[in-house]
Amino acid sequence: MNFVCNFPFFSILLSLFSGTICSVLPAKAAKIVNRVVIVVVGLLSATLLLYLISVGEPFIYWMGHFPAPWGNEIRAGILEAGMALFFCIIMYLSMAGGAHKLFDEVDESKHNLYYILVNLLLSSLLALVYTNDMFTAYVFVEINTISACGLIMIRQVGRTIEAAVRYMIMSLLGSGLLLFGLCIMYDLTGHLLMSNIKESVALLVASGEYQIPLIVSVALMCVGLCIKSALFPFHAWLPDAYGYSTVSSAAILSSLVSKGYIFLLIKIIYRVIGFNIFNNTRIIDVLFVFGLMGMIFGSTSAIRENDVRRMIAFSSVAQIGYIYMGFGMGTQAGMVASVYHILSHAATKSLLFIAAIGLTEVSGGSRKLVDLTGSGYRNKWAGVAFTAGSLSMVGIPLFSGFISKLLFAQAAVQVEGKMLASLIVLGISTILNAIYFMKTVIRLYTATGNSPYRGITFGKMKRYAITLIFFILLNILLGVSSQPIVDLIEQGLAMFS
Amino acid sequence: MSKKKAPEAYQKTFAFHFFRWIRGEKDPYLGEIEMQPQEEYHLSEESILRHEKEHDAILDKVYDTKHNKGLRLFHSLYEITSVLFCLFLIALLLVTVSYLPAVGTVTRPVNNEVSARYIENGLEETGAVNIVAGMILDYRAFDTLGESHVLFVATITVLILLRLNKGQEDKNDRIFEPKNDAILQLVATFLVPIIMIFGIYIILNGHLGPGGGFSGGAVIGAGLVLYLNAFGFAKTERFFTEKTYKWVCFFSLSFYCLAKSYSFYTGANQLHSVIPKGTPGAILSSGLILPLNIAVGLVVACTIYAFYAMFRKGGF
Repeated sequence: MNFVCNFPFFSILLSLFSGTICSVLPAKAAKIVNRVVIVVVGLLSATLLLYLISVGEPFIYWMGHFPAPWGNEIRAGILEAGMALFFCIIMYLSMAGGAHKLFDEVDESKHNLYYILVNLLLSSLLALVYTNDMFTAYVFVEINTISACGLIMIRQVGRTIEAAVRYMIMSLLGSGLLLFGLCIMYDLTGHLLMSNIKESVALLVASGEYQIPLIVSVALMCVGLCIKSALFPFHAWLPDAYGYSTVSSAAILSSLVSKGYIFLLIKIIYRVIGFNIFNNTRIIDVLFVFGLMGMIFGSTSAIRENDVRRMIAFSSVAQIGYIYMGFGMGTQAGMVASVYHILSHAATKSLLFIAAIGLTEVSGGSRKLVDLTGSGYRNKWAGVAFTAGSLSMVGIPLFSGFISKLLFAQAAVQVEGKMLASLIVLGISTILNAIYFMKTVIRLYTATGNSPYRGITFGKMKRYAITLIFFILLNILLGVSSQPIVDLIEQGLAMFS
Repeated sequence: MSKKKAPEAYQKTFAFHFFRWIRGEKDPYLGEIEMQPQEEYHLSEESILRHEKEHDAILDKVYDTKHNKGLRLFHSLYEITSVLFCLFLIALLLVTVSYLPAVGTVTRPVNNEVSARYIENGLEETGAVNIVAGMILDYRAFDTLGESHVLFVATITVLILLRLNKGQEDKNDRIFEPKNDAILQLVATFLVPIIMIFGIYIILNGHLGPGGGFSGGAVIGAGLVLYLNAFGFAKTERFFTEKTYKWVCFFSLSFYCLAKSYSFYTGANQLHSVIPKGTPGAILSSGLILPLNIAVGLVVACTIYAFYAMFRKGGF
């Protein structure tokens, strides 16, 4: 076996172990460990990605001395390695962009706890990405949920505690439903390994046995993961959790945690149930309808919001709706569009959260839209970054948001019966996005006569500004070089089945 | 023939007092120790009424439902729908269960080659007499590694929530600690060593019989909590502080991570592992399972104690 094949295992264990190490380190050392681990894991994933592209086929890796249905195993393909690399990039930029705020938001004695949570979150995301076993996935979903709760409430003000309680209740409900589905699936197939379940499910569907429990199991798993990734009717926990937690937490939660669950759902669709079997169920229609509703209701809630961070949070609901709409189309093209949108939304949403914090800082710490008037002049870099993020969200060419909207539209045209609805809602949603994002951008660049707040220059926020530049570059990179990335996604999805 | 005693003489014997005490006719403490009957707890009518209206008060204060008829309607609808939804979910799951394969039949899908190998080759391949221990710590050790980190991350979040910040003063919660309860202390003196030894036995015996790190650690943790309750923080802090907790957890989890990394690495790369299996049934056997059980046991015991200490006074 090639040495590179050890890299998924190294990345999971490294991030898990670094969490333990951080528990005995002082805050400063923990911070360095955290950064180093993210960079190392990113490099490992990048090497793995290059290796997989050159080899062209996925591999499985035994976690122990026993082969698959008896022992644990993990599996890596292009999509997995690419996702791991992308998650590392976003996580590094989010941590770097929010680092200077951490001292205001979190008590200093708890800084190393913060880094423990981030490391464990990274390890659980990596495990969710690489796992080939449903029970391993569930165990790491637990770690993911608990550390996300910790990341929300580490800034201890009333609203974050309330938000963490809400998040915990909803998220545990989601985990519970996932576990129910998993138990029923195990009872029907006798396996926990994804590829074995898939074979058994294909046999069950062919023989027509146990149809009702099978469909209930699939539905429960889908609903569980929908709740955890905040699909429209289950999004009540989202605005407070993203709106009041520390800025790095908000960026990580919106762009990584919910995406981790969505990626797990994609894995379940392809590797556990089978793409065609899943598309023959009515479940995709339900996902489609709720996705469309999310796209509209998320945006209307965002329009009514007065608080800039809650507004960005509500826009997440709409974007998650896009992703589920892609699932609901039930075609390969729709899936590719959804996966691309996962990347595009993750890059854009974390950029918006990080940029928003720079704007509120030069507005006396107020997050009200009224107070942000003219803040684009006071903090020029954050203003530019926010504008770039907004343009991407609305779907202006050159930015990543445009490509994902284009891919969704192209996918919709090929689907009979769902074309009209998708295209109309896509149009409405784009207009609604434009309303609230452009409204904010115009406000940022409305000059105020004599503002009580003072601006900030580049010299005082070098690291923050450089982070923003990297975010914008990432966004443009996704938008300009979309075709290679889409090709990679297609190859990765082909490796799934 | 027994000798008959006069009733007066009999009433002075030990047997008479003893049996009367057994029958519960006389309290031996009565008249000798000053005892006050416990006062019945009275809830004032006012507070009952206030608590009854709490729900409405919250609705009024937070949502201003008096001026907001729509919200009020929404809340009542919300309650009805949530009940209906729960009923629907219960019905759905019950219906599903009735369609599942019957329990106890041989042809169930779960009776397949996976469990067959665990049962038939488990002893030989892992060296553990306890098949469950072999499964969770050898066959599927990666899951258990994750599971022990679930405990770890849970303690970290509890630490975040409950540990006092630097500026915050310890509000001297210790005035509420029980003060030298003689009965509790005597019972604890007898019980704590037994509980500890039993916990250690469960951990060390994990690969030979029912038991293991999680259950044994929970028993030891319970023993520590009992000791804390009987003797107070001053005594426990002589041997168990936050530092102890930190380092014990660090070393156990690091050992777990490193040992398992070695075994995963050798397993995946088909290398020879130097860890001996030993003779099944001996105390030093079954490769890594025993040391892993000890590591897990330490983490669990510390976690349980840490949770309790954290809830009591926000630290150790």
